[in-house]
Amino acid sequence: MEYQYIISQLPYSMPFLFVDSLEHVDEDGVTGSYTFSEDLHFYEGHFKSFPVTPGVLLTECCAQIGLVCLGIFLMRKDNSLRDTQVALSSSSMEFLLPIYPGETVTVKSEKIYFRFQKLKCKVYLYNEKEQLVCKGEIAGMLTCKGNE
Amino acid sequence: MPAEHYTRLQEIIKPYLPEDVTVEDIKEDSHFINELNINSANLVDIILDVEDAYDIVLENEDMENMQTVSDALAIINNKLEGKA
Repeated sequence: MEYQYIISQLPYSMPFLFVDSLEHVDEDGVTGSYTFSEDLHFYEGHFKSFPVTPGVLLTECCAQIGLVCLGIFLMRKDNSLRDTQVALSSSSMEFLLPIYPGETVTVKSEKIYFRFQKLKCKVYLYNEKEQLVCKGEIAGMLTCKGNE
Repeated sequence: MPAEHYTRLQEIIKPYLPEDVTVEDIKEDSHFINELNINSANLVDIILDVEDAYDIVLENEDMENMQTVSDALAIINNKLEGKA
């Protein structure tokens, strides 16, 4: 499956798409990256005169690359023509370093399990120096549109 | 139905109960989603814990049939009999 195709199937668009490219996808995990460009509007308020990427958006980036892209890959293998939808069910994250405007991050996910439509992954987010920025576990329920 | 399975299942369910539901609320006819307020994501985790606890494997149709606590007990007994 083409990686660009997976990105095209994501249910997000600007200003809430946090995936630029995928470097690797297989049944056990995903590696992908995203650049937090300096002109993203939330930097004006997070924080006042001290822009830092909100942890909640690092979590979202981990979820979109690590969980949703993997979910689309896994669901497409079984249901070739249906749109995948994902409902986040839990996340627990630990944050170790800040990400400033303009930084490119790389997310790696490892599948813990995919059973009964629930996908649970370990996720790791690294900065350009390959330092671990945040890590955690994210899970979601996957469904196909028109498969209810 | 062996009472030990019921007690064991209660212990498996306990960590997934929302704050306003206690372990005493778990009855044999309790509906996991409608009465115990367990969401479908946590129900998957309960099933995975059941598989580990009893060393059995549940299929998609078992999940669909597992609406209440007694459904779960019946599925566990079935699987254990299939193993014996």
